[in-house]
Amino acid sequence: MAGQQLINGNFERFLRRKRLIGRIFWVLLLISTLAGLIMLAALLIDLALEGASWLTPTLFTNYHSRHPEQAGMKSAIVGSLIILALTALFSFPLGVGAAVYLEEYAPKNRLTEFININISNLGGVPSVVYGMLGLTVFSRGFGLFKPNSWLVQALNLPVDPRNGLIFSVLGLEMRLPLGNSLLTGGLAMTLLILPTVIMASREAIRAVPNSIREAAFGLGATRWQVVSRQVLPAAFPGILTGMILALSRAMGEAAPLIILGAFTYVPFLPRTIWDQFTVMPIQIYNWITLPQPEYRVHLSGAGILVLVAVLLSMNALAIYLRNRFEKRW
Amino acid sequence: MAGLSRLLPASRAVSSPDQKGVFSTGLSWRLRRIYEQIIKASLFLCGLLSVLTTIGIIVSLFGEAIGFFLRPEVDLYHFLTSTMWRPLGRPVSPDNFGIMPLVNGTLMVAVLSGAIAVPLGLLSAIFLSEYAPERLRSVLKPVLEILAGVPSVVYGYFAISFITPIIRNLADWVNSIAGTAIQVDFFNALSASIVMGVMILPLVSSISEDAMRSVPQALREGAYALGATKLEVALRVVVPAALSGILAGFILAFSRAAGETMIVAVAAGSTPRVTLNPLSSIQTMTGFIVQVSFGDTPMGSINSQSIYAVGATLFIMTFIMNVISNYIMRRFREVYE
Amino acid sequence: MVTPTQNATTIEAAQNTTDGVVLSTQGLSVYYGNKLALRDISLDIYRNQITAIIGPSGCGKSTLLRCYNRMNDLIPSARVEGRVLFEGTDIYTPGVDAVEVRRRIGMVFQKPNPFPKSIYDNVAFGPRINGIKGNMDDIVENALRQAALWDEVKDKLHESGLALSGGQQQRLCIARALAVEPEVILMDEPASALDPIATLKIEELMQELKQRYSIIIVTHNMQQAARVSDMTAFISIDRENPDARIGVLVEYGLTQQIFTNPINKETEDYVSGRFG
Repeated sequence: MAGQQLINGNFERFLRRKRLIGRIFWVLLLISTLAGLIMLAALLIDLALEGASWLTPTLFTNYHSRHPEQAGMKSAIVGSLIILALTALFSFPLGVGAAVYLEEYAPKNRLTEFININISNLGGVPSVVYGMLGLTVFSRGFGLFKPNSWLVQALNLPVDPRNGLIFSVLGLEMRLPLGNSLLTGGLAMTLLILPTVIMASREAIRAVPNSIREAAFGLGATRWQVVSRQVLPAAFPGILTGMILALSRAMGEAAPLIILGAFTYVPFLPRTIWDQFTVMPIQIYNWITLPQPEYRVHLSGAGILVLVAVLLSMNALAIYLRNRFEKRW
Repeated sequence: MAGLSRLLPASRAVSSPDQKGVFSTGLSWRLRRIYEQIIKASLFLCGLLSVLTTIGIIVSLFGEAIGFFLRPEVDLYHFLTSTMWRPLGRPVSPDNFGIMPLVNGTLMVAVLSGAIAVPLGLLSAIFLSEYAPERLRSVLKPVLEILAGVPSVVYGYFAISFITPIIRNLADWVNSIAGTAIQVDFFNALSASIVMGVMILPLVSSISEDAMRSVPQALREGAYALGATKLEVALRVVVPAALSGILAGFILAFSRAAGETMIVAVAAGSTPRVTLNPLSSIQTMTGFIVQVSFGDTPMGSINSQSIYAVGATLFIMTFIMNVISNYIMRRFREVYE
Repeated sequence: MVTPTQNATTIEAAQNTTDGVVLSTQGLSVYYGNKLALRDISLDIYRNQITAIIGPSGCGKSTLLRCYNRMNDLIPSARVEGRVLFEGTDIYTPGVDAVEVRRRIGMVFQKPNPFPKSIYDNVAFGPRINGIKGNMDDIVENALRQAALWDEVKDKLHESGLALSGGQQQRLCIARALAVEPEVILMDEPASALDPIATLKIEELMQELKQRYSIIIVTHNMQQAARVSDMTAFISIDRENPDARIGVLVEYGLTQQIFTNPINKETEDYVSGRFG
């Protein structure tokens, strides 16, 4: 009988074979998971070998130069930091604002759903597209401020052929279009990371239990009071962590800024947000494309070490904050 | 009845709709209301920004792309069908502006990197979701996240300084023992794809893992109770149940790979061609866009306008892939609930 | 159609112990979307009394309670018909700000929900957002004393409210509600998540508080209602249409009467434990 057969020898063998396959599979899985880790390790070793010796103070004090021994990435480092600050400055209110609206205020109607779909789609758009968006809208302003555009003719605007329309607001100089300036770079990067910031903020806001909101409403708080005094403070650690991670991604981006016209040879430090600039990833890319091995292999390796160090510290900060302030409801 | 009449003060309520009786109608209340409305409007505008961004993308990409197609040197038919992409080629003819080589390059890299990321990502997701003890998982997951956080320029560097020499040496070794004449260009698609596969591996892994973790435990227990092994439960119960999420993840990763720029700009080359040979130098859509922007092309020239046409094509491709991915995720998610 | 039994004797008796009606619903019906949840509730709440709302679970007691301070406004599909009069004015009149209603009609919830802030900030939150002037330290101490919590927390006002025990947290929530000086306090099963000793403390507190405030308590614990309240309203499912689960007011009167000599047969069945 089948039942009898199952109890003696055959089933044992059957089971043993299954166990063997299972164990092989386990090893296979571990290897796959570790494959990435191994690659990462190889990368780091490679970097250390090729780049570490070139990690000198010159890297930080000099601009790019045709003589490799004198080349540095001072302007790129400063440019990266300013772009980082601008991006943070713009994306925080816009991203958190949108998240608050969607989680606390938005009615369940078609418009809200449409906004949701938009945000989710924008998260999947290639970064080069954001570069081109920035180029057309911010940097060139659709060509609306060229001397022979219809707008300039119609309104008789005093445009300078190189710098566009210059005017001042409250003593600060404004320019339209924004040109290939730090401001344009910051705006384009803001749009790039905005979907990520919004999604992370929404999760943090959603994690705040509803009972807190109810209690606050019950005491006679208006919706904004509930949000600003209870929900946002409680969600803040999560929001902050999300922002830092999004910003560290922005720091590593080169493509959108290249398209915007960020230069590679910037032998000066920018003084205003209207100045031209470069960032670390672009400088590194530039070095990689140069024929001499000093640039192609060593300097770029050193530059990468600096970039990776900055990113690692940002990520570490984010993880530390997340662990320290994680609220257990 | 005397008793009831004493209740009447309550029922003789102030009931006209304009009177608010015991509640205040003061200015401070009205100001508070206006303040709340302003706040709500500002927050709404923040939300609307996403819609404006999408409109901005469509207008800028397609607006300039239309400008490109209106040029006499170019036409849409050749754009879609010609197998040559030589914007600076002489004599100038619509045949020089065929998108196929760039699409070929993009797709080849995306498929090859998918071939690496998909199996490895799925297997590591299975491992993390079904096998790994919690402590191991809490160590491995952050590591995978780190992989995803490495800038693509760094991956490009890694490709060109580490992977490419390995492939070339491998080819030489195979040539020497097998007498073949395999040729590996310095810039090639394979090198870029390997590295890109590693970069998008965490994406595949995390999406697949989320999909698998959301499979109810009851399904697993039912299978275990029938005498299934862990392997069988993982492969025959969990993965099929999570399949929609996993598939959506694959497509999303594919779309990510298609849109990735710096790795291919560094390691894949700048020779657009239609080929199936991953060992040859190619150019992707994103690589071309960066190449043009990196140089100093004057605004309005045919070269600089062509990037919009290429960008529009790329946008359409990734958009369609994202839509399909979302559709799969949404449509089939309910199946086992 | 069930008419609520409020006979004249009951009302006269109630009348003699109080000086007026503070809250009154007239023909109140609540819909969630298209579903009718409560029908035609007409009920007078008397000042400085504890009114209990009892009934089997799921028949709309909490819904009714939440109408009194317009908390149902927060649910998009909820719709209210009829009137709720507070000191003679309909709180649902267009133009009346729900925010002010909630300041004057406070609420304590079933599960204690202190804010993730210090004890001091928990109590101070209400006065701060309502712009109440005065010495905040005094306001906080006063509210905590009224909630019988001051002695236990006076040395740790700056510790987190979440660090207290369940019973203490609930008294903190009561103090928090008292700090804005409401006139009515709504309590939605305030002791159901607490142990018997903490429950007893809350019930004693209620007796103290009713001298200054009017209290409406929803409870599924009949013994509690019998111990604590002066008036009791019995809400149950409309017998004529049991599948629709529409809540109606079956009987309302002096607690003593409801529990010892109810007029309505259904009430008698419920309080003697035959169903519910």
